[in-house]
This record gives sequence, structure tokens and C-alpha cells, in this order.
Amino acid sequence: MWFFKSPEIVFGEEALGYLERLEGRRAHIVTDKVIVGLGHAARVREVLESAGLEVSIFDAVEPDPSLETVRAGAQAMLDFEPDWIVGLGGGSAMDAAKAMWILYERPDMDPEGINPIEILHLRRKARMIAIPTTSGTGSEATWAVVLTNLAERRKLGLGSREVLPDIAIVDPSFVMAMPPRLTADTGMDALTHAFEGYTCVYRNSFSDGPCLVAAKLVFEYLPRAYRNGSDEEARARMHYAASIAGIGFGNSMASLAHGLGHSLGGVFHVPHGRAVSLFLPYVIEFCARGEPGSTSYSGMARFLGLPSSSEVEAATALAAAVRALQKELEQPLSLSQCGISAAELEKEMSLLVSNTGNDSSTVTSTRIPDDAETRRLYEHAFEGKPVDF
Amino acid sequence: MTYKFPSDEWIKALMEELNRSEAYAEAAATWEGDFYFLADLPGADKPAMLYMDLWHGKCREAFLVTDESAKTPAFRMSAPLETWKKVLTKKLDPIQGLMTGQLKLKGNMAMVMKSVKASKELVEACTRVPTEFPA
Repeated sequence: MWFFKSPEIVFGEEALGYLERLEGRRAHIVTDKVIVGLGHAARVREVLESAGLEVSIFDAVEPDPSLETVRAGAQAMLDFEPDWIVGLGGGSAMDAAKAMWILYERPDMDPEGINPIEILHLRRKARMIAIPTTSGTGSEATWAVVLTNLAERRKLGLGSREVLPDIAIVDPSFVMAMPPRLTADTGMDALTHAFEGYTCVYRNSFSDGPCLVAAKLVFEYLPRAYRNGSDEEARARMHYAASIAGIGFGNSMASLAHGLGHSLGGVFHVPHGRAVSLFLPYVIEFCARGEPGSTSYSGMARFLGLPSSSEVEAATALAAAVRALQKELEQPLSLSQCGISAAELEKEMSLLVSNTGNDSSTVTSTRIPDDAETRRLYEHAFEGKPVDF
Repeated sequence: MTYKFPSDEWIKALMEELNRSEAYAEAAATWEGDFYFLADLPGADKPAMLYMDLWHGKCREAFLVTDESAKTPAFRMSAPLETWKKVLTKKLDPIQGLMTGQLKLKGNMAMVMKSVKASKELVEACTRVPTEFPA
């Protein structure tokens, strides 16, 4: 038994205008100060007010939102009593909005205990709209919630199927001004979602299609969007690719590159998309050396027009294609290129290894590394050395 | 030798398996929490109950429970016998089982969400116990 879930997705030019039809009393926008500064929050507020809703804005979400921020935002919701929650921004804002929404409906819950096992009984007070302003996280189309425990320097991969947004507004106008580095980081996040959704142990016939399409769109359109941010077609296709990848991995799971990337991000604060995608080729090489028959790389390679006569050949081609794309986007290919020194890595290795093992994404890998293998993965990724074990 | 599930012999065999496992000891080094494992048996008016006291990477105590009020464990995991059989024979991924409601878990979920590796090693140890199921 498994599930397929998707929000109502409104996409394309003027998609934001759909919210003029919204019915309700109060909408609470959860976002960050950059998004407010760019004028995006004002645009959304205007549309919501034209629908007759009273609007409030919580703009204190930081990158990698903390448990403390989630608690503060939930209190603001309890004070305002909205019937619509609007997550506006990148993955941090949308994930924070999801977590705040849970605490708004369930003030008894510990945000660290958000889980996909219990029935939470959401939607007694409010429903949720997600409006991405980057093209990568896919959070608008998933039930994942990533929060950060600052005291433990650890990202927490949480989630509940109930927290899937009701409506996702995938309007490319929100991403036209994204700077190139953010375009690359977030776009590579989408690619990692597509790959991991297609290759993890929870892949299924419903999630395969979105993952394949998303991967193809990223390879085709991300270099264009990176080189020329004014390329409207590339921007739009990348924005759709991110949501499609979200539908894909959101209905299977993320996997080991996310386990490693979450751990790295929690300690060294490497941006999420850059962290997870950096590990992607290493993870492909590692999993391809796992139990024969456990991987599904040939299907992905065939769809992308890469060599695919065997799983090993396909994995080799896919890892090379990912690295070529990273080079084209001027992304770091190793931890050392991220500015992490050998001494810093060694100092934090124990925590990195422990947090990777306890990340909920790691257990969905077709090959789960033990502690010694996890350490070697970090060492190979540090040196930029292909995985050969 | 095989051990009947659910039974006192089976849960004690699991205790020995866990206490032999270096991987579990490492993964669960900070875990503090005891469990009831409840199996609904066909035709029975109450579930079979197994108790385990898991503490800092070791199992301190394990036995078949006849009186549910004997302990007040931090966690309770329950499922029909058939579901346990699928988990213990690796036909059902336990996380998938929990997420789809086939296995039910009550307790401090924040602890569970932060202890993925310990949970995995616990299940791995379960599958290493040679097990015989009621017909």
C-alpha cells in the first residue's frame, strides 16, 4: 500500500490571479525579508485583499528555518486566526509555513515530532497555499518539512501527508529576477529530487513519470536559465520542473544525497540545493556498486538519451552528466571547492556521519552506508574523487 | 533452532541478538525508552504483548507480558500478527508499514524521528532471529 498526493497546481503566466477567487476571512503570509524587499509579498497581499481577505505577514523566516522561528510563527498564527496559510518563498519559507500551520492547529505538538505516522487532523482551522519564488525545492508539491535544530546543528527531515498544500501557485513571474547562483543551486536541487525520487527504494509507477520528465526539463532548461535569466521559456520550464520533481519525489522519497546534504548543511551551512546536488554523482556511483538488481539507473539514462545497456554503464553516464551540468553551472564539485578545509571536515566528521545515519532520507537508499562508508563518502566528496568502493 | 513469535523465548532471543550487535549499540547509544510490542492474534480477545527495555544501546530486560498494566512503557507498537510476519520476513518495510498505518506506534515521536538508524538496526536484529509463526 502506498499513496499518490498532489496539490491543485495552478501554473503559468498570471497564475497568481487565481487567488482572486479565494473564499475566506483571513490569510496569513509566511515569508522572509528578501521576498518582502522584492515586492513579492505586496503582490500576493494585493491579490488576497482583492478577494476580500484580511491579510497579515510573518516575514522572519531565515534560511534553514529553526524550531524557534517555527514556534514564533505559530504564535503569530494563533493570534491572527487565519483560515488560509500562504507559504511564499523558497523551501525555507514554505517548510516553515507548513510547520507553523501544524502547530497552529495542534499547539500541543513538538515541531521535532512532526511525523508521517500520526493522524494530525489538520484543516480544522485553515488550509494552505504555497507560492514558490525559486525553482528547485518543490516544497509546494510535497508533504516534506525540513527544519533545523540549532542547538544540535542538525537538519531534521520531517513531514506529514496532511501538510501537503491545498493549492500551489507556480507562477514564473516570481522567479524572473533570481540571480544566477540561486538559479543554479535551486535548479540542481530539483534535479536531485528527480534522480532520488526515481532511484530510491520507495519509487513506484506513479512517481516515475514526474521524476523522468523533471530530470529532462532540468538538463534542457537549467543551463539556459542560468546563462540568461531573462529567457522566459527557460524560467517557466524550470519553475514547472521543480514542482514536477516535487510531485515525483514527494510520492516516493528523497534519498542518500539528501541524507548527506542535510547533514552537511546543518554543520557547514552550505545552501541546501548545492549540498544535496554536490553529493548526487557520488551517491550514484556508490549505489551502483551495491547489490546487483537494486538500482534503476538504466531507465533514467535511457529516457535522457544516455548509454544504458547496463546499470553500471547507466550510472557512470548519469554521474558524468550530472558533473558536466555542475561544471556548466560553475557549481562546486567537491567539498573543498565549497570552502571547507580538510581540518574542518575532520573535526566535524563524527557529527556528519552520525547525522547522515539518522536522516530519514538515508534509509530509502538502495545501498545504505555504514559509518565507515559514510566517512569515505565525505572524504571522496571532499577530494572530488569518484566513488570506487 | 527457531523461536515462536510472539513468545517469551522469541523476545529473549531478540534481546540476545540486540546485545550482540555492535551496530545497534552504536546507533542507539543515546536511546532511552522501553517498548510494548503488541500482536493481534486471530481469534484472541486480547493481543500478545512483548516488553523490551532499551537503554543506551543495550536491551536490559525483555519478556512476554501477561498483565498489560505490569509496565507503562514509553512506546507501544502494534499490528496484526500477519503484519508482524511481513515485517519480520522483510516483506514489508517497517517505515512503510508505519506510514501506511499497517503498523501503529504511540510514544514520543520527536525521539523516533531523530533515531532513524537505531530503529533500522532494531528491525534488522528482529529479522535475524530465526522465527516460526503460528499456522
